[in-house]
Amino acid sequence: MRIETDPSGMTGHRRRHMTTTTQTRADLSLMPIAFATLAGLMLLFASGYAQASVLHGAAHDQRHAMAFPCH
Amino acid sequence: MSAKLLTSAVFAGVVAGLIAALLQFYFVIPTLLEGEFFESGERIHFVTDGSPQSERGSPGLGGDFGRHAMTVGFNIVTYIGFGFLLLAAMAMTEMKGFTTITARSGIIWGLGGFIAIQLAPAMGLPPVLPGTIGAEVEARQAWWLGTLIASGLGVWMIAFLRGPIALVGVVLLAAPQFIGAPQLDTYWGVAPPELSAQFVSYSLGTAAVGWTCLGFFAAWFWTRDNA
Repeated sequence: MRIETDPSGMTGHRRRHMTTTTQTRADLSLMPIAFATLAGLMLLFASGYAQASVLHGAAHDQRHAMAFPCH
Repeated sequence: MSAKLLTSAVFAGVVAGLIAALLQFYFVIPTLLEGEFFESGERIHFVTDGSPQSERGSPGLGGDFGRHAMTVGFNIVTYIGFGFLLLAAMAMTEMKGFTTITARSGIIWGLGGFIAIQLAPAMGLPPVLPGTIGAEVEARQAWWLGTLIASGLGVWMIAFLRGPIALVGVVLLAAPQFIGAPQLDTYWGVAPPELSAQFVSYSLGTAAVGWTCLGFFAAWFWTRDNA
């Protein structure tokens, strides 16, 4: 069920009990989300996708364990 | 305070990565090392008389500390990466007013991540015990990447969209499986099928725990007061 929010993006319950937290989280802009997405993709590329042999050797067991296509 | 999104992903990734690594050392890695006996030819499953019997027994973890340290390290890197993507999705979903993230709902997010990122790709490309040869690695990587994107989007649409459009999520989840992963037309496995099957179920089971922990801790760190 979609939770109704007021224009500030806060629900009534949260406005009452979690003012501080809600404010910090409602401030969230697209920038940190975009940054998190980019950082996540870069880390996963290194750990799971890159075929460079040094990386591959070191990450070998973990790639097998996580079912990343390995070699 | 946007930095909290990023620090939460790192903290959650470290915790989930360590838990996953610990479980892997108990379940997955000994099985993997046993598989290497067959990869190297130290053990042979079908011996010359055609008998399918072969000795059972893992070498345990062995003494290769450096190798295992790398496994721990890459687990942490991987789970931090997943943590970034999971929290980006959580933040985006909350910002658009679809839901309110709590530590408890984080568990469901983690399980959703497991379905999209581990289970769906593993249906077409099961976790591989060393010693098995697969199709061209680039083709497998392409299918794998396409499958996680489609499955991630699909799981999200099923969770948060209402009405007929949610069915698009079902189509996105199903399509990669029906398209099918690249496969060879011959079997190459040298290890006993039981060992290979055990490896797959251990791998998926530990990943399920890892993802559940990741979802919980990502949401918990992010929604926690005065962090």
